[in-house]
Amino acid sequence: MNKEALIPKLGVITDVRIDTPDVKTFRVVTTDGVKPFEHRPGQCAMLSIPGVGEAMFSITSSPTNTEFMEFSIKRCGCVTEWLHQAEAGQQVTIRGPYGKPFPVDDEFAGKDLVFIAGGIAIAPLRSVINYCRHYRDRYGKIDIVYGARSKDDLVDYKEIVDEWCTDGGADVHLTIDREQEGWDGHVGFVPSYVKELAFSTDKTVILCGPPIMIKFTLEALMEMGFDKKQIYTTLEMRMKCGIGKCGRCNVGSKYICKDGPVFRFDELDELPDEY
Amino acid sequence: MQKITRETLVAKASALLAEGMVDRVLGWKKGEFAYDVTPNVFADAASLEKDFVYGDFCGANFSKYLIAETRKGEGKILVFLKPCDTYSFNQLLTEHRFDREKVYVVGIPCEGMADIGKIKAEVGEGILEVESDANGFTVKTLYKGDVKLTAEQALGERCLVCKSKKHVAYDELIGEDGVVIDSARFDEVEKLEKMSSDERFAFWQNELSRCIRCNACRDVCPACSCEKCVFNNPKSGVENKAVADSFEEKMFHIIRAFHVAGRCTDCGECSRVCPQDIPLHLLNRKFIKDINSFYGEYQAGETVGSRAPLVNYTTEDIEPSEAVERGNQ
Amino acid sequence: MRKCSLTSLDALLKKIAEQNAVYLPVDDGEGRAAYKQWEEGVKMSDALNTVRSPKDFFFPQTENLMEFKTEGKKIEIIDTRSESEDFVIFGVRACDVKSFEVLDNVFLKDPVDTYYASRREHGVIVSMACTRPTETCFCQTFGIDAAEPCGDISAWKTETDLYLEAKTEKGEKLMALLESLTEACDSAAVEAQKKETAEIMKKLPLAGLSTAGFGGDKTDELFDAPEWKTLSQSCLGCGTCTFVCPTCQCYDIKDFNTGKEIIRFRCWDSCMYSEFTKMSAGQPRLSQVERFRQRFMHKLVYYPTNNNGLYSCVGCGRCLAKCPISMNIVKVMKTIGEKAE
Repeated sequence: MNKEALIPKLGVITDVRIDTPDVKTFRVVTTDGVKPFEHRPGQCAMLSIPGVGEAMFSITSSPTNTEFMEFSIKRCGCVTEWLHQAEAGQQVTIRGPYGKPFPVDDEFAGKDLVFIAGGIAIAPLRSVINYCRHYRDRYGKIDIVYGARSKDDLVDYKEIVDEWCTDGGADVHLTIDREQEGWDGHVGFVPSYVKELAFSTDKTVILCGPPIMIKFTLEALMEMGFDKKQIYTTLEMRMKCGIGKCGRCNVGSKYICKDGPVFRFDELDELPDEY
Repeated sequence: MQKITRETLVAKASALLAEGMVDRVLGWKKGEFAYDVTPNVFADAASLEKDFVYGDFCGANFSKYLIAETRKGEGKILVFLKPCDTYSFNQLLTEHRFDREKVYVVGIPCEGMADIGKIKAEVGEGILEVESDANGFTVKTLYKGDVKLTAEQALGERCLVCKSKKHVAYDELIGEDGVVIDSARFDEVEKLEKMSSDERFAFWQNELSRCIRCNACRDVCPACSCEKCVFNNPKSGVENKAVADSFEEKMFHIIRAFHVAGRCTDCGECSRVCPQDIPLHLLNRKFIKDINSFYGEYQAGETVGSRAPLVNYTTEDIEPSEAVERGNQ
Repeated sequence: MRKCSLTSLDALLKKIAEQNAVYLPVDDGEGRAAYKQWEEGVKMSDALNTVRSPKDFFFPQTENLMEFKTEGKKIEIIDTRSESEDFVIFGVRACDVKSFEVLDNVFLKDPVDTYYASRREHGVIVSMACTRPTETCFCQTFGIDAAEPCGDISAWKTETDLYLEAKTEKGEKLMALLESLTEACDSAAVEAQKKETAEIMKKLPLAGLSTAGFGGDKTDELFDAPEWKTLSQSCLGCGTCTFVCPTCQCYDIKDFNTGKEIIRFRCWDSCMYSEFTKMSAGQPRLSQVERFRQRFMHKLVYYPTNNNGLYSCVGCGRCLAKCPISMNIVKVMKTIGEKAE
């Protein structure tokens, strides 16, 4: 019979990294030890634990990683709760890749990029950031603004400090919501920090975070003189099939799983406000 | 044939709106055909004049809508309640489901409501108009001209065995109040009781096999007023629409019948709305009949605040062993 | 075109049933018709239509997708799919035949849903022209001709005869099987019937219903219409309209642990349910107003946007007959569409 999109492959969790009190990063390969499939930055995959459920996650690792896939997952529902209990060696099912990726090879090419993320929203952006860092000469200046509630909530802090901050490929601007012992970096919310940083308006922005952070950061960017056509984001909706058929991620004439999750803000303006 | 007219009700509602006694009216809105009447909130006299109807197809029980409606703003809502609706009204008050102060009840008489499914089965397709008078119903059809039907042929089963024409709650009454009727509503239950358990199983299997788990019975039921239903909880393992096997499908109705036992007023809305014509009310009536015979006559919703036999212990209560024995007979 | 006497309908069904399962509308003795498999003695219903739509044949209410066995940290994935056998659905009305096209646009679009595709490939549709449409019918609003149904074979029933005309290759094949039981004929009787039905269609109460005001480009105009609130105010949030609808295709995927294995199944879902879009991170459609609007916007605006203007409603009228509060797509079209016109 023909290949069926809904039937997943078998994957194995080979490593579980504790990132924050409620975020863990899972490394997944197939049972043969190879990367489950190729993907583009910003695409997603369906992970499942039979009997618990299936859910859509951003692929956190960059396509340039040839060995495995990584998923940074926050504990917040049935499937994530279960995954957080899982240990290395646990098998899972995986299918994908799903969705439209970030336009890293066309619209982003040659541009200055500003990544703005809040909390767990670094998960979908990490794939893009590392892709752009890998093909560093294809892009202009890269800035990364990343904020979280506290230092302990910054996901994958080690990679950020050891690699992003040190290799000179990008300017990293970290911020946390409140003063904290042992933190001498910036303190404050992302939207105001973005204003402080006063980016020039010829840059392309990739913005992702909780709805409230997106709302205020977008307002800040608009005030600074950015156009919605320069700002990209990625959406989250409940999904079951991942292939634009089951109907639950339908917003206007779009299916977030298939026509998104990556959208430009001017495209979102054309959609009903239901995401 | 209803004894009161639409005009009487529109006049009453408009007057109460004008007095400021209420700021909106829960009533029936006319549809495209004779029978497709929709519950509707009217905010002014003009819209009442334009769309309000009262007739043989105003079967919807408005009591449950009051839960949501009384949470909207501070004003009072006028609701028209037929005798059987008032029992649900009281039951909801007993369960503290809404604020009585925010409702103005006008009790209206009811001569029984027609069942379009039954009429359709009698006259076939193409129903253009349905009229009624003291002699019965006249259905104007596309293919058979005018067809005469008796009340027996046109009225819903729940109305043919109406248990009460008496309003048990109202602020104001239009027309004369009726009386509680010694109805034959348990006849169908007795028929089922007389069946062998295999026959009864086959009966329910046939009926429940048609269920599509649309949840209309639950969603319309005034006794099903939980803020969050167990069948909406994915962690319950019995989440709605999850028809993993036919057993589960049957369990849905049986669990629901148990849950409303002692609280079901026998309004019959579950069977009225079922798209597959499953006589769900018979499950509830069986419970009512058993409660009556085990604990003495009890009508849910007859008064506000009454303690139902199932939640009220007395030394006269039937011994479980005796109940089992009776059940085995 | 070929015909046979109605008295040999049984023989004809028997002939087909010798090779393939045949399903047809059958009365249940209490005024309802439902699709049942033909066997000796089963009579075809004269009812205008079945309570449930025939979408079950291709997109059943519940179906198992795959199974899993788990042991410790290990998982085994079992592909339980099997190729469908050929089957015939006999007596599908024009509206319902059209609904298959609406479903095809979803399930056969890349990536193809192989569960659906396999059944679709193996199903042969013999349609049946309507002669007695009812007050809730409005297929003509969507350009469907009740008297000229599509399908693999189109069929017409007169007082005395059954007329058949193959429309596809699959249809030709089935017609060849029936050759000895049918005879070639002209289409005079069928043409006369079509004319008669066309006259009746004009007299139906919903004959004038139009799609004006709706269509692929109307999202902005219609989405914020204040009427959604009043139209949806008494909606119970049950799934009756979506479940009796021949074109509603939303589904859920769930796991069921039998104790021995885990079955991953899919079942119909409804945008009318509050849990439909609920996720751990929030709920984009907070009240029934938004859920109600989604259903009609999807049928009358979003779906046409993605499918060359084709509406995702075929005017079968099931929701008109079955909605517990008698709120339906016709009332929505009349209230919102006519205003926008």
